[in-house]
Amino acid sequence: MDHKKISIVCFSGEFDKMLAAYTIATGAAATNREVTMFFTFWGLNALKKERGRKAIGKDFLSRFFNWLMGGRSNLPLSRLNFGGMSPGLMSGMMRKNNVAQLDELMEAAAALGIRYFACEMSMHILGITKDDLIDDVQSVVGVATFLNESEDAHIIFI
Amino acid sequence: MKHFLDITRETCPMTFVKVKLMLAKINKGEQLEVLLNAGEPLENVPRSCEEQGYTVLSLEATDDNKHLLLLEK
Repeated sequence: MDHKKISIVCFSGEFDKMLAAYTIATGAAATNREVTMFFTFWGLNALKKERGRKAIGKDFLSRFFNWLMGGRSNLPLSRLNFGGMSPGLMSGMMRKNNVAQLDELMEAAAALGIRYFACEMSMHILGITKDDLIDDVQSVVGVATFLNESEDAHIIFI
Repeated sequence: MKHFLDITRETCPMTFVKVKLMLAKINKGEQLEVLLNAGEPLENVPRSCEEQGYTVLSLEATDDNKHLLLLEK
């Protein structure tokens, strides 16, 4: 048994890019690779417990920012977002073609034992605490820990 | 005991994911029969299972251009 490793940095937090990240992550884990996902900046929105818009944070600006960004239900498409209409249309096309949705891929990621790290620095800026994120997040770490844990891994930035 | 899994309606990456999760569920010595499509699943599911230490007992084409893969854990 080999132990090939892949680490995916989820930075952009856009609907289609998050799908790409989870497709690679779950495919890699299912084909015997050790997978770590590191969520930073906009990527953290996909991990919020609150799927919709909620003003979380410790001051006015962070609360306003978090309300604007929203959660997993508000991820925009990276192109042709059309004011937020496109993710719904894309989901419909995916369902029609029997392609796994983000929720299904996230369930699979948990079942496959994919590790989730959240970026301490960007959480600090955005006023997000570990309690605001889903329980699958193992720890809140800095870049040094992420790099140590990704030793000998392919690192993919999405 | 022989288990069965049909992944012909699944698309990437759920083809691999469903096989992996099913193999994790069954006991050592038990068999899993997987019905899969030609192309990516046929080329990669048997190979990936072998790489993970499972035994491919047989791989046969069915009449409707699908394939039956028999694995042992």
